[in-house]
Amino acid sequence: MWGNDWITLLSAAALAFSVLNYVLLDGTDLGVGVLLGFTRCSKQRRAMAVTILPIWDANETWLVLGGGGLLALFPMAYAILLPALYLPFIVMFLALILRAAALEFRDYAPDQTVKRCIDGLLMCGSLLIGGSQGIVLGALVQGLPNSGAQYTGDGREWMGPFPLFCGAVLVVGYTWLGACWLYWRTEDELQQRSKRQAKSLAVVTIALLAVLVVWTVKLDVWYAQRLSDTFVWLPGAALFVSLTIGFILGCRSRRDYLPLFAALGIFVLAFAMMIAALFPLIVPPNLTLQAAASSTVSQIFMLIGFAVLIPVTLIYNTYGFKVFSGKVHPVRD
Amino acid sequence: MEGVESALLAARAQFAITISFHIVLAALTIGLANFLMVLEGLWLLRGRKIYLDVYRYWLKIFALTVAVGTASGLILEYQFGLNWSRLSTQAGDILGPLMFYEVLAAFFLEAGFLGIMLFGLKRVGPRVHFFATCAVAAGSLISAFWILSANSWMQTPAGFSIGADGRFIAQDWWAIIFNPSFPYRLVHMTLAAMLGTATLVAGASAWQLLKEPENPRARLQYSMALWTILVLAPAQIVVGHFHAEHSLVVQPQKVAAIEGSWTRPPEGAGEPMRLFALPDMDERRNHWELSIPRVGSLYLRYNLTGTIAALNEFAPQDIPPVPIVFFAFRFMVGLGLLMLGQGLVSWMLRRRQRLCSARWMMRGCVLMAPAGFLAMLSGWVVTEVGRQPFTVYGLLRTADSLSSISHRQVIASTWSILGFYLLIFGIGLWVLLRILRKPALEDEPGPQPTLADETGDS
Repeated sequence: MWGNDWITLLSAAALAFSVLNYVLLDGTDLGVGVLLGFTRCSKQRRAMAVTILPIWDANETWLVLGGGGLLALFPMAYAILLPALYLPFIVMFLALILRAAALEFRDYAPDQTVKRCIDGLLMCGSLLIGGSQGIVLGALVQGLPNSGAQYTGDGREWMGPFPLFCGAVLVVGYTWLGACWLYWRTEDELQQRSKRQAKSLAVVTIALLAVLVVWTVKLDVWYAQRLSDTFVWLPGAALFVSLTIGFILGCRSRRDYLPLFAALGIFVLAFAMMIAALFPLIVPPNLTLQAAASSTVSQIFMLIGFAVLIPVTLIYNTYGFKVFSGKVHPVRD
Repeated sequence: MEGVESALLAARAQFAITISFHIVLAALTIGLANFLMVLEGLWLLRGRKIYLDVYRYWLKIFALTVAVGTASGLILEYQFGLNWSRLSTQAGDILGPLMFYEVLAAFFLEAGFLGIMLFGLKRVGPRVHFFATCAVAAGSLISAFWILSANSWMQTPAGFSIGADGRFIAQDWWAIIFNPSFPYRLVHMTLAAMLGTATLVAGASAWQLLKEPENPRARLQYSMALWTILVLAPAQIVVGHFHAEHSLVVQPQKVAAIEGSWTRPPEGAGEPMRLFALPDMDERRNHWELSIPRVGSLYLRYNLTGTIAALNEFAPQDIPPVPIVFFAFRFMVGLGLLMLGQGLVSWMLRRRQRLCSARWMMRGCVLMAPAGFLAMLSGWVVTEVGRQPFTVYGLLRTADSLSSISHRQVIASTWSILGFYLLIFGIGLWVLLRILRKPALEDEPGPQPTLADETGDS
């Protein structure tokens, strides 16, 4: 039995890794998408689009892996989560298509006005994607009624204040990542503005995260116990303080990638906290990782592939990032 | 009960809509990626710039379709949970890993090298760039491999046992992946993707040649596409024949529906080939049947007297909706024969040195532009509707695979998806047509020609 537990833990780690990678990588792209909609200068918008054009498709792929992984490793959780969050998921998928089309087709716009509209759609798409992802996570943490591997709720759990608040937090957080990314990858006026945006968004994000933690603790006794455990809150708080200091120092330093990495660190931390609060549940209030897992044969079959192929994937994705790294200097609108 | 019925229909419609749009884009990705690989290979091998110009031109089209194709595939990865959560619980142990490997082995290969393929030629040099092109092409094919394996397993399940709770448990991965119908389906679909792309490229090139008859790049792609059709159309017909022959063994209801055969002909009379009929599900017979006697026996049994299991030998609740399968099959075969003819005519024109001057042929090719993908879609209708009323053939009924959600939600979302898709893909198609209107230029710039200079430290 110990062997099976261990394998399920590995599967959960693989799934968490995929989802986290998605949040960090595509979250940044979505943040750029949001900021693009607020930018008036067309040359700057071009610069922003160029920073993500060669890589956003690969980043989005982590979400496909998350979906495939959830179905394969924890089919019960998949079968409960998706019907329960039907509407947010459908909105998210349509918005993903909208984002993809807007990003790829914007350079075929006949004139600047149309291009501005397309960028507006890109922003709407990015906002809807981030928002619905936040709602999904929030509804999950809040708990989804289920029995016998099927969802039994009324389809409205996600409309509560807590999931909606999570949606807002994630959108702001993604935008923050986007601003930090742009500070790293652009120059001159755009870079300066991104820095200012990154700083103010940092304050907002951190404030919202603080509210989120308090709210989560009040949500359920189980979460309160978990998060007040010394082994959870002490390292969490220590990391949080050092990452925040890292962000402040990063903004002053000449190493303009530091703010982004500090911000990503805070995202990782928040994600880890969420997992610490949920574990060993995968769908609160009752479904555990063990109960939701697929058979051990299936899990082993996939973990082998994961262990072999993910390192290779990471290597060539990093190479792809490197080819297009460095400051972007747009030569046209 | 009515709610369940309409939810079932809406959920099926939703899957059909999302997969139909996606599969055309996915097949175009497969076809174009391989076309581009050949073009770049020829460029490197022969060093003639015309190949690079044509490469860059189609790379622009590729850039626009591939990312939207990926995004439209995302919703499918989750469709199994949204509307078919019982299927996910029952068969997740087997279908999940196949889809997981699709992403792991293929999607990443495709997406990871896509940026370099689209925008990186200047930055990485021709060799690394060719490698990226090959990686994207290989990724698209491996993708097809895994997803067709998952689909085929649902058609011809193998290598599993059924657990105490009724779930399918994997026993033998080799048997699951290489399930009985998989080899046929893989070859048939890969050829369909290539053929669909070829008729599209031929159509676009013909359209350009009608306006600029002397353009050497339009001529090159016209000729390449027609060679592809000449070789692949007959090959596809042969493969399709063996696929159907195999279905006769594993899914006899489906073949009976394709043939529109309600009752077995008397001993010695042989199976007719029904050219046209109106199959009637209530009376369980055909109206207006027009058929040639014994020809069916010839291609089904290789003799003049053999028969196949007829529809009335199965329980009424176990047979698929016959008219859809019957007509979709004839539509597919008809288009297949037209493509065969297109290839043969192009060959005769080529032998008389008239390929680039016969304007009537160009007009024909423009009309045939969507033929490949239409045939592919109707082929999928045949195989998917023909599998009904099961999701996992013979084991799990479609009606028992559904999620427990309100039918209003499913119906509303299905209509929204349809409307949204028509709008977005309609605009996308319009932009594509505007680009395809003009042939490739000399020194064709390709997608985002300035991007390589706009990024990087150099």
